[in-house]
This record gives sequence, C-alpha cells and structure tokens, in this order.
Amino acid sequence: MSVPQTAILPGRGGAAGTAADLFWRNPKVLLALLLIPPLLWLGIIYLGSLFALLAQSFFSIDEFSGLVKYELTLKTYRELLNPANLDIIARTVLMAAAVTIAAAIVAFPVAYYAARYARGRWKALFYLGIMLPLWSSYLVKVYAWKLILAKEGILNWVFEKLHLTWLLEAYLSAPVIGGNSLSVSYTGTFLVFLYVWLPFMILPVQAALERVPGNLVEASADLGATPAQTFRNVLLPLAMPGVVAGSIFTFSLTLGDYIIPQIIGSSRLFIGQAVYAHQGTAGNIPLAAAFTVVPVVIMGFYLWGAKRLGAFNAL
Amino acid sequence: MKTLLKCSTAIAIALSLTGQAAAAEMLTAVGPGEGQVNIVAWPGYIERGETDKTFDWVTKFEEKTGCKVQVKTANTSDEMVALMNEGGFDLVTASGDASLRLIAGKRVQPVNVDLVPSWSTVDERLQNAPWHTVDGVHYGVPYMWGPNVLMYNTNVFKEPPASWNVVFEEMDLPDGKSNKGRVQAYDGPIHVADAANYLMFHKPELGIKNPYELNEDQYKAALDLLRAQRQIVSRYWHDAFIQIDDFKNEGVVASGSWPFQVNLMQGDNQPIASTIPQEGATGWADTTMMHAEAANPNCAYMWMEHTLSSNLQSDLSVWFGAVPSVPAACTDGRGMQNAEGCAKNGLSDFDKIKFWTTPVSKCASQGECVPYYRWVSDYIGVIGGR
Repeated sequence: MSVPQTAILPGRGGAAGTAADLFWRNPKVLLALLLIPPLLWLGIIYLGSLFALLAQSFFSIDEFSGLVKYELTLKTYRELLNPANLDIIARTVLMAAAVTIAAAIVAFPVAYYAARYARGRWKALFYLGIMLPLWSSYLVKVYAWKLILAKEGILNWVFEKLHLTWLLEAYLSAPVIGGNSLSVSYTGTFLVFLYVWLPFMILPVQAALERVPGNLVEASADLGATPAQTFRNVLLPLAMPGVVAGSIFTFSLTLGDYIIPQIIGSSRLFIGQAVYAHQGTAGNIPLAAAFTVVPVVIMGFYLWGAKRLGAFNAL
Repeated sequence: MKTLLKCSTAIAIALSLTGQAAAAEMLTAVGPGEGQVNIVAWPGYIERGETDKTFDWVTKFEEKTGCKVQVKTANTSDEMVALMNEGGFDLVTASGDASLRLIAGKRVQPVNVDLVPSWSTVDERLQNAPWHTVDGVHYGVPYMWGPNVLMYNTNVFKEPPASWNVVFEEMDLPDGKSNKGRVQAYDGPIHVADAANYLMFHKPELGIKNPYELNEDQYKAALDLLRAQRQIVSRYWHDAFIQIDDFKNEGVVASGSWPFQVNLMQGDNQPIASTIPQEGATGWADTTMMHAEAANPNCAYMWMEHTLSSNLQSDLSVWFGAVPSVPAACTDGRGMQNAEGCAKNGLSDFDKIKFWTTPVSKCASQGECVPYYRWVSDYIGVIGGR
C-alpha cells in the first residue's frame, strides 16, 4: 500500500490550517484583513465624524428656541462673516502666527546647541528638559502660569524687588499688547502659548539640524563667509524643513486651543472658545461647525505652502 | 458627500417628527415609580452626601420611592437648553433665561400642580411667576432663587458701595485709586440686563420698564454702557472659582457675583462682603421642569414633590447660598437653614430683584423688543471690543 504522491498536498484541516491555506493562496485576503480595521477607523470614526460636523454647518438654528433647523442653507456662513466673528478669526490667526514665529526664534538656538554641541549626559539632560514639561498636566501648567503672571504674582514681585515696576507698567500701558496685568493681557496669553508649545518646535528643528553635514558649515567658513552669512545661506535653508514642520504643530495647536485664552487673557474669544461656546453651551451647532471649518481651511493653505517649502521632503 | 448630507438630513427630519408625535399628555394621577429619574441640574444642586456627608437630599428619596436619581450637571443656561434639546432626560432645574426657551421649543410639558401636594407651601410670589407660567399653564415647580449681589473687598470699601456705578463707570474707589482693571462683570449675555437695570434707575428718560424687555434705543444705550464697562474690566468671569482666584491674586475688588462665592470666600477669612445697591439687582429663580418626552413621569412627579417637602429646600439653601422657594423651610427646622441665614441669602430683598427671563421679540411692556439671540452675538462683540 502506498499513498499516491501528488504535487498538491491535501488541506491541513482545522480552522487555523484552512485560514493559513487561504492566506497563502490569496495574499490579498490577508492584506485586506489587516487593512480593514485601520481603514474603518480612519474612514468612519475619524473622517466620518469630521464630515458629519461639516455637514452641520449647512444647517441653521432657530434663534429663539435654539433648535437646529435641518434645511440646507448658507445663513450660518453669513453669520460667520459678521464683524465680531471676523475679529475672533483674525485674533486667533495673528496669535498663532506670533506664537509660531517666536517659537522658531527661541527654539533654533536651543536645538542648535543640542544638535551640535551636547554630547552624552548633556544630551540626555537636554531631552529630559524638553520633554519634562510635556509629561506634567497641561491644566496644572496653565494655572501655574496664571499665578506667575497675576498682579500679585511672582513676576510682579520680582520686578518690584528689582525696582523695575515702572518698566512693566510702561509695557502694560501699551495698546493691544498691554492690559491691567500680564495675566489679563494678550502678552500673557502669548507667553503661555509659547511655553506650552515650544517642545513641539524644538524637536523637529533639532532633527533637521542633526542632518545638516558639519563639513558644509566648515566649507562655508573656509570660503570666507561670516557666521551670519553661513547661517543665512547654508544653515537656515537646510534646516528650514524642520522649522516648517515644527511651525505646523505650533500654528495648528494655537489655532485650536480654547483653555489657555479662557484662563489667561482678556476674555476676548479665540476660535476654539467660540466653537466651545456655540456648540457646548449655546447649542448653536451649525455656527460651531462653521467655525471649525475656518482652521481646517487655514491649515489646508498652510500645509500647501509648507509643502512648497519642502517641509515634507524628509518624510 | 452629497448622499451623506441627504442621509443626515433625512435622519434628522425623521427624528424630529417622531419627537413631536411622542409628546405626552399631562398626567392626572401619579402611578408607581419607574425605578429611575434623570435630571439636568446646576453643579451643587443635587447632593447625595458625596461632597459633604451632611448635605444629602437624595438618599432618602431613593429609599422611599425606589427611584434612582441620575444627575447630569450643566454649567450655563444655554448648556441646559442644549441638553434638553438632545433629550433623554426627565427633569431640568432651569433658570428664567432658559425656561421660556424650553417652553417655546416644546421641550418641556405642562405640570399638573394638583399632583404636587406641597405646591400650596410655595412662596405665593413665585407660584405664578412669568418664567414658568405661560397663559395660566404651569410648566414646572419653583426650585430655588437668589440675587446677583455686588461682591466687594472690605479693605477698599469701608462702607458697602451704594450704587452699581463702581462696576459700570470709570471712577476712583474709596482707597483713592481708579477702578480700572479692578472690577469684573459676568461673562454671559444676560449681563446686558444688569446694564439695563442700572439705566432704568439713572436714565428714566429711556423709559425702561423691565430690563429684559428692551426696544432698539434702550438696547443700544445698554450696549454703550457695556462698551464703557469693557474699558475698566480686564477679565470677565464665568467660572466661580476663577473669580475667587481673581479676587485673591489679581487685585479685583468689586464685581457682580453670587452668594455662593461670597460664602466661600468669607469661609476662607477673606475681606469680602456683598450688598444689593440702590438700583436693585438681577437674580435667578430656578424651576424644576419636566421634559416633553419624559420616560419616567411618575418618578419625576415624586421628585418634584420631594423638592418642596423634604429637607432639600433648607439644606440646599445653606449649601448653595440660595433662598428656598418654600418660605417655611427657613424656619420650621426641616433642615439646617434658619431665618437669619435666609435673610442673609436675600429673602428680604425679593422686591428689589428682577429675575432672569429670556428676552423675546414680542414683549409685554412695549411692542417690539430685541430678542435673546442678538444679546448673545452682540455681547460677544462687546467683549471683543466692538
């Protein structure tokens, strides 16, 4: 008795065996099985809810009872364009731009030092120092800043001890950026934003600077360039993708934040707060949805510009 | 995208239609409880002894009726309206700036007061209050009320301020320094009524009869006053605890506030007191209202009776710094409150208080008034400096 030998083996039987055979014969089935859960997540839970929200912006609200009227209309967008709401948008975009530029200026030297000079233990310490603020609670940091910036807070005390109160007062009497105290001025809001989002700028800039070959900088110096020229013509262009990548974080995070300006600032609304106020409290979901479209559009343009600057070439 | 839009529109329309069909008839007798009742309430309004053991007005109700009380807290009137519009709740503790909106939106149903035996003990001045009674129909039972007092720092004001002008107009305070940056105002559109109340006293020529019923000219005058106030207010308050912090660390010395903050800060030995100045004040009066599609109407009626007859009125009055809607709760020892405490929370000031009501276009005192949604958008504009 001998079993006839064939090239095709019989199925291995059992659920696992059948599945293994199926995957081996049709590799696409396995691929589909592996891809479907993340695609569902992205498609339904993420994009789906986003589109459902956007769809809401084409409805309007009955002004007295606060019930949403489910008829397609552009009324909500007209409302979005009234002067008070345009103020909110302009205020938020300007703040995001200011925070981004300042973050780039502060982050560059820090990242440069970390990428070029810090070694061993110092490098570890650097990473720890940058990441540490990210590990503590966001709210705790913001409340701590409220106490630092308050009229009877630490910073005012320091200025008083240094007999520099006049300087602070002169600064605070300036229009727009000033206020009664740092904690109720745009400057205060700006400082806290800068502090909270700084790590998101430092890390990409440092990664970009580490990839700049040292010999290029040396060559530039050999050819007679001053340090300023080297920075302008060699270092900055090569590190630019990192700066742009970092700016995407700082810009979009500032654009969407609604907690910092509520605790520190002059009560003037930012986009995030307007969304929160309209959907959470006023029940005006259409207007809130229209407001959320604004950062999406702004970030769309921003990313398009960033792509042209080559921020994604390194990805 | 287009099909998605169509789908969501269709679903929304379907939902709103079923909602209308299910609107219930008024109950004529209270049956056995359904086992639970879901309430939308202000924070601190419904306590079961979890925050502080001595403040508990839920446990006994649950033991007696078998109705499990589930609470969803809301921080503003607008949030309450939004939650009730979503549905799934039986009751809401609505303030006067929410109650009429709920009635107009048909989100609440008439309440048969004959099924609430303690109705007769409710303060007579509240029984037919316009913020829960429309065309003679009651849409709820009164819960609690209180004034929006003027809170001030006693180190700066040796005498209580006689007028609200300290928070409306730039001036020197008794300590010789300007009030600029040292006063606050409420971060809610209903604050327009405080301005109107101030004008009612100081500019009688405007002819304001009710701070919640303003024609275009009166409304414009109120907004102008608020724009001037923006110049002296550094930060508006809407979180009670941030306001407390601002009084402690930000050098704020006067602001409209609630007895709640005053009691907390006095308990903390801060130099704080409160007053109701000559112009009178606005105030809030909350009503327990029943959702149009309440799933647990029997438990809801039992809860309404419980709010009026148990220790709730008295103990909540102590806890929240509010005034009971049942005056007897101040004196009959059913809870911790006494006559002195009620007086301190504002019982004797009832006549000086203009209670929050939702501003509507068709108003009683004059033909055409500015409706609430304009208060909302314009107040955001005023705070933004427009």
